[in-house]
Parts: sequence; C-alpha cells; structure tokens
Amino acid sequence: MSSRALAPVAVAGNLFAFALDVLRALFRRPFQLREFIQQAWFIASVTIVPTALVAIPFGAVIALQVGGLIKQFGAQSFTGSASVLAVIQQAAPIGTALLIAGAGGSAIAADLGARKIREELDAMMVLGIDPIQRLVVPRVLACMLVAFFLNGMVSVVGVTGGYVFNVILQDGTPGAYLASFTALAQLPDLWIGLIKALVFGVIAAIVASYKGMNANGGPKGVGDAVNESVVITFLLLFVANFVLSLIYLQIIPPKGG
Amino acid sequence: MGVEIVVNDLSKSFGKQLIWGDVTLTIPAGEICVMLGPSGTGKSVFLKTLIGLLKPDKGSIIIEGTDIASCSERELYEIRKLFGVLFQDGAMFGSMNLYDNVAFPLREHTRKSESEIRSIVMEKMDLVGLLGAEDKLPGEISGGMRKRAGLARALVLDPEIVLFDEPDSGLDPVRTAFLNQLIVDLNAQIDATFLIVTHDINTARTVPDNIGLLYHKHLAMFGPREQLLSSEEPVVRQFLNAQKVGPIGMSEEKDADELAAEADQELPALPPIPLQLDPSNGIPRRSQRPAGEWCREHGVTPPPGSFETANAGLAPGA
Repeated sequence: MSSRALAPVAVAGNLFAFALDVLRALFRRPFQLREFIQQAWFIASVTIVPTALVAIPFGAVIALQVGGLIKQFGAQSFTGSASVLAVIQQAAPIGTALLIAGAGGSAIAADLGARKIREELDAMMVLGIDPIQRLVVPRVLACMLVAFFLNGMVSVVGVTGGYVFNVILQDGTPGAYLASFTALAQLPDLWIGLIKALVFGVIAAIVASYKGMNANGGPKGVGDAVNESVVITFLLLFVANFVLSLIYLQIIPPKGG
Repeated sequence: MGVEIVVNDLSKSFGKQLIWGDVTLTIPAGEICVMLGPSGTGKSVFLKTLIGLLKPDKGSIIIEGTDIASCSERELYEIRKLFGVLFQDGAMFGSMNLYDNVAFPLREHTRKSESEIRSIVMEKMDLVGLLGAEDKLPGEISGGMRKRAGLARALVLDPEIVLFDEPDSGLDPVRTAFLNQLIVDLNAQIDATFLIVTHDINTARTVPDNIGLLYHKHLAMFGPREQLLSSEEPVVRQFLNAQKVGPIGMSEEKDADELAAEADQELPALPPIPLQLDPSNGIPRRSQRPAGEWCREHGVTPPPGSFETANAGLAPGA
C-alpha cells in the first residue's frame, strides 16, 4: 500500500540520483569527444528543420495576438517590443524545449533503450566501461549545445516571422516595429532565454537517457520508455520554465516600467 | 591460470519474489562448470550477479579477495577486467562493424597501436572462425555468427574468467557441437575459469568438469560431473535425463496429487555416463580428471556402459 503510494517518489529520487551520476561522470577523463560531436550533429539534424518550421507560425501567432491587443490599447508603437519580449523570453525556449524533447529526447531514449534490451549496455559495463560516462555525458552536452543554438534560431526566425506578419497583415510600419525593439526589451531577456534553453537541454537529455537505460520488457519496453520520457520531459520543462520565469521577473526589473 | 570464484550464502529477489536463496558454491580455478536449471529459475540472474550487474540481497561473491556484492563501483570496474562474458545474443554494439566491436575493449583499456590491435583482433576472429566477416554489421549476420563474434570480443583482453550465457540457445546441433568443442579447446589453451549457463543437457553431460543445478529457488546440487550424472537424487536425475517423471512439472513443481499418481511408476535406469569431450589436439586439459575417477574414489558404481563412448546417454544425433 505505502510502497505503491511512494512509487512516484522513488522514480523522482532515482532520476535525481542518475542526474548526480551524470554530473560526476562529466568530470571524468577521457572525454568522449567523438561521441559528443556525432551526437550533436545527430540531434541538430533531427531538430533544425522542424524547429524552423515551428518557429515561423509561433512568431506569427504572437505577432497577431499581441498586435491585435496592443492596437485596442492604442499603443501600436510598442508592437515590436512586445512581440520580441514574448518570443525571446517565452516562445523561443519553449519551442526549443518541445523540439529537443520531442525529436532529440525521443531519439536518445529509443537509442539507449534498444541498446539496453539488446544487452549492449550490460556488455559495456562488463567490458569495464561506464555507459554514463561513455554514452550519457556526451548526449547531455550535445543536447545543451544544440538547445542553445536552436534557441537562437527560434528567436531570429520568430522575430522575423512576427515582423513579416505585423508589417504585411496588420499594416504596421517597419520602422516603428524595429525602433521599439529596445523600448521594453533589454539584454538580460536574451540571457534568460539562453539559460532556459541550456536548462531544458539538460533536463531533456537526462530524462531521455534515464528512461532509455531503464527500459525493460523487450521491444514494447523501448516504446514505453520513449513515450514516458517525452511526457515526463514536457512536464518538467514547463515547470522549469515557470520557475525560471518567476525568478527572472523577480530579480530583473522590467525596463521602462 | 584462472581465478577461483567463491559464492557464499547468496540470495536474490525482485520485489517480494525470491529468485534463489542461500546459494553457496566454489567455482574452482581453471575448470569448466555448467549451471543448469529449468527455464525461469534465474540462471541468467545468477550470471549477472556474478559480474556485479545485479546486486544480491545478501551473501558474498569473492574473487581475488574482493567481494563483488559489496565493493565500490570503482573496484567493480577494475575486477570486471578479469571477466569475459558472452551474452545470449552476443550483445554486439549495433553501430560498429565486427572488427570495431572486437577491437573496442583493446582501444578502451590498452595503449596498443592499431597494428597490434589488428593482429590480436584477427587472431581472435580466426579462433572463432569469422575471418572475412570483419566489415559486416551485427545486424547483417546470423545469430550464430553474432554469438561467435561476441565470444571473440569476450576473449580479446585475455580474461581469467569466461562466462557464457546460453551459448547453445538458437544454434543448430552441428554448430552447438562445434561451439562446445571450441569451449573445450579454449579452456585447454587459456586455462581460464569457465562458467556456462545453459539448459542443453548434451552440453551439460559432455563438456564440464562440474555441474550445478538450480531448481525451485535454491541450488539443488553442485559437484563433479560424474557425481551428478550418477546421482539418484530425483530432481537431478529427472533434469539431467530429460524425463517427465520426477518432481519438476510443466509450470513449477508438481503438486501432491501428481506426485502420488507417479509414485509407483518405474523410473527408467540411469543412462550410461558419456566420456568427457577432449580438446581437439587430444591432450587432456589441465583441470580434466580421468574418466571414472570420481566414481572409483567415492565407491559409486556408474551405470553400465559408462565411459565407453563420447555420446552415451545423449539424444540421438548429438
């Protein structure tokens, strides 16, 4: 009875312990540079195109929504600034998170899960090699790197998309849109976006690796692991996003407020 | 010269379900042992516990003075370098070709040059008869070839202990016979301690120096081959002779009614004990005992016809 009630706590504890193992293995030499580059390339290749495709409508929706609202207030001159804030602070990290978890994380979970059930991970441990150091650490770092760059890409594509929609569909003036960028937005907004992307990359990679390495029950187990890893990652990412946004809004005073 | 494994009072359970308990045995250095048991008695779990992939609930496994069950992660990775393990499906790394798979432990653990690595890898590939298949990916070859490639990888660091997880599962009888011969030849050559987990009786009857039988959550018996093959103990006798009459049922144990119904059935006589498989060069292995020695020393009369042929009491065709 109590063991069933405590099961989720045990999973959380194991996940945390796994994260600590990864942290410890991070500093163990030799660093697996080859695996890191391969993984970074692989994760980038499965995420770049979908992320770009997601970023355009993301930026457009925000531009339309914010533009419409702001028009009602009669503050059109701030349209550019508001949509930049929304894209860089929220839309870019969340878009990155969705793609890193959905495309990158699921690929990691499937890969490690397949290795687990084929006993490849056992074989590796028996050959005296720690799979966390050999496989997980490069994947976590690769995910962070790719998330960092994806975040930048979503920001650019999102802001550009917003610009296009604002200027073409909402008859905004290009000059006003660009000029208002710095009215409300400030440099720390960019930093928090990047920090969020890095944190999301870590979470996605660790959850995916944990779920993959603990897959059991044959091919179905791998499917379950992938599914669970995506769901858990999404939950954690949105919680982390909320917490980070809260902290950020507390410690950095809004510009022009 | 191989290393001794001393297992003391070992128990393992998953959740509330006991897999096996109080297993105590000593796997002698340099000898070939077979661990038998009906399907689902935790033979593979036993093997994984021996290499520290699973932690036992209690008990100890002492190898060269280190207790696998309680040592630190670092010591564990160190002691594992003594081991070579052949997994059920070979457990080859799917992203590498066979050559890189076999070379993997050398590249990770030694500072050998690529040309030295090449000569070692080729030697092991030759040993298992896989020369010419180095460039194939594990997904492109048959299960038997994967198994042999797994064996080559297990041997590449010159292990002191070699563990085989069901080397004969999924292989045809001819390949099984070749693999068994290979195991015996290897033991003669490298003198390592071998432990084979299987439920193939032909393997168990002819290959090992010692046999263990896991049954009903405990170690039913462990001892020299001739002791178990001449044993009248019901479980051992039933399993080693593949009979339906005896305490082992289809699912688990038989219940009291089934046993009572069998009570007056005549047990078939013990089949003769076959000769042990000799290395192919004909020179006995260092740990090999002369045929019939154990029976003579312990005053046991072996079943008639024993020690005359190499396939006495085996399934036809084997």
